[in-house]
Amino acid sequence: MELNCPIPITQYKQVLLAHGGGGKLSEQLISKLFLPQFNNPLLNQEHDGAIIDFNGTRLAFSTDSYVVQPLFFPGGDIGELAVNGTVNDLACCGARALYLSLGFIIEEGFSMDELWQITQSIKRAADHAGVQIVTGDTKVVDKGKGDKIFINTSGIGLIDNHVNISSSKLKPGDDIIINGNIADHGITIMLQRAELQFDNEIKSDTAPLNEMVQSVLEISENIHMMRDPTRGGLASSLNEITKKANLGIELYEDKIPIAENVKNACELLGLDPLHIANEGKILFFVDPDDTQKVLAKMKNQKYGEKSCIIGKVVEKDPGYVRMKTTIGSTRIVDMISGEQLPRIC
Amino acid sequence: MKYIDEYRDPKLVKLLALKIKQVTKENWTIMEICGGQTHSIMKYSLEEFLPENIQLVHGPGCPVCVTPLEIIDKAVNISLQSDVILTSFGDMLRVPGSGLDLLSAKALGADVRMVYSPLDAVSIAASNPNKKVVFFAVGFETTAPANALAVSVAKKQNLNNFYILSSHVLVPPAIEAIMSAPEVRIHAFLAAGHVCTVMGYNEYIPLTEKYKIPIVVTGFEPVDILQGILAAVEQLESGSYELENQYSRNVKKEGNIKAQELLKEVFDVVDRKWRGIGLIPKSGLNLNDKYSTFDAEKHFDVKNIQVEEPLECISGSVLQGLKKPFECSAFGTKCTPEKPLGAPMVSTEGACAAYFHYKKTELMQN
Repeated sequence: MELNCPIPITQYKQVLLAHGGGGKLSEQLISKLFLPQFNNPLLNQEHDGAIIDFNGTRLAFSTDSYVVQPLFFPGGDIGELAVNGTVNDLACCGARALYLSLGFIIEEGFSMDELWQITQSIKRAADHAGVQIVTGDTKVVDKGKGDKIFINTSGIGLIDNHVNISSSKLKPGDDIIINGNIADHGITIMLQRAELQFDNEIKSDTAPLNEMVQSVLEISENIHMMRDPTRGGLASSLNEITKKANLGIELYEDKIPIAENVKNACELLGLDPLHIANEGKILFFVDPDDTQKVLAKMKNQKYGEKSCIIGKVVEKDPGYVRMKTTIGSTRIVDMISGEQLPRIC
Repeated sequence: MKYIDEYRDPKLVKLLALKIKQVTKENWTIMEICGGQTHSIMKYSLEEFLPENIQLVHGPGCPVCVTPLEIIDKAVNISLQSDVILTSFGDMLRVPGSGLDLLSAKALGADVRMVYSPLDAVSIAASNPNKKVVFFAVGFETTAPANALAVSVAKKQNLNNFYILSSHVLVPPAIEAIMSAPEVRIHAFLAAGHVCTVMGYNEYIPLTEKYKIPIVVTGFEPVDILQGILAAVEQLESGSYELENQYSRNVKKEGNIKAQELLKEVFDVVDRKWRGIGLIPKSGLNLNDKYSTFDAEKHFDVKNIQVEEPLECISGSVLQGLKKPFECSAFGTKCTPEKPLGAPMVSTEGACAAYFHYKKTELMQN
């Protein structure tokens, strides 16, 4: 057993918010503190969930906790997020989500009416995604020892025989497709926090993506990898993938879809939309032979109308994401360092 | 996006790049003063569009970067005192002091809050009469008027629990300091458009004459910056040294008179220490006697906090344009945005962080 803390204590004596921000400090915490301790082949897949083989039947198992503030925001609330987030993590493993657990940590004094609203929202989201809540837990902590309500969901799903999603399957030339506008969720939360008013209301994109994923997996056996770019945004997800696959990625800035009002908000707040969280977006890494077929299928789906190709996997510069800018130059797209905004999901 | 896309037009960028290439005959070194410009140059890899004989160096115009270590230590010290709420803009919270940064102080229990405007800090003070609310006020002439306004609003509201910890700095004295340095090798400046929106550009005209150097007031988008460079090179090639205003859509010669009056009402011009550069005479703003009760340095006992800069960090040379970030032995190894040795690695507008984020593959390959 390792007795010394592998992240030098001199570096961070306390946990910072950025350790949970989905960027480099989170990555350090996971890779240095957690992974070596729990080291096992299932964990080391470093997927959105673990893929477990029971005598030929493959299960995906995933968990996520939700601490967003405010609890209710344009386009959704913490309950809907808690269902969709775990459903989407399972979908990224190539699994059909079946069952969820639901754990509440509630602060004493929390409004019963809001708890009821959240519960109804969870029910609606679960019905919409076609999953059942089959077990749960409730804890209440002293006033001041929590922040209203935290939710954990875990989920299991089944993976069809022909499906095999893994960063090891990525190949140079694979196209990268996204199912619509980026940065909606993070900007929605940020504007709520800052109490900034914009003419056009910006809404969170939270959505269950399992149906779209299944319909794509049914028509193509050449989906090499999927990832939902949540915390840390598109930039962090793509950087993680390049490092894991030891390949490079080339993005086309003018092809990355982003709503005009979200772009304006990013300009005003000095933020890079590539670093902003999404909750209803998914990246497909597809063999170019199947790209058009997959794109056409996605565009027919409720959450995929604006699907488009935003880049491709390349051999050059393994571990790095490069972007062709709108003015024709090339730049590196890095992971976010700290947290751009805490508690967005 | 109207009023922005026009300044990111790929055709215009190519046309300007071509013109710059045609005009440039000699080797020229041009310094962009403002960190916002540095950020744009890196974000859009604008150096790809310039001929090899034009070199850009990145000036001291990132307020986070030039804030001296000891004032960060003062902020951390104040934040850890009882009944204090310390507020600042986001980037400032991550700047390392000699021990802690403000986010680490927060993790230790200090009440540290990020705000979007100093007036938010005034509201926090008004609604928390039992707390002392401190706004850590950094920035150039651009942010100073808003901070001056916050102090004058607090005075009007008779708040006795609002303070600012001021580390305001001024651009023209920094240009003087750079041009007076013995190793100076700057041929022209791109002045910071936003600073001139407030201050106008009258005060830069004597500098062009004194140092025989072109200064072009420049905006922040790719087209702005390339136009600024073109104007500077045209002057250099023809041997002239004048003040030009590329950013005329926002900048008037006399600037924003109301904002300037507010600055005069609240602040005095004082000598100021700059991180990595040292003391520059008459280069900062401090609350004047009329508003001194709002001065956090006077209220909290932090006068004795004095700190030396780490020897390994070459931020001084970087900020004066004498060295590029990657010429530092700690760049990207001991010094990264997660664990910065010096302030230019912290802020997204800092030269070192900009190089680290946007150019590291090129650097690794070279």
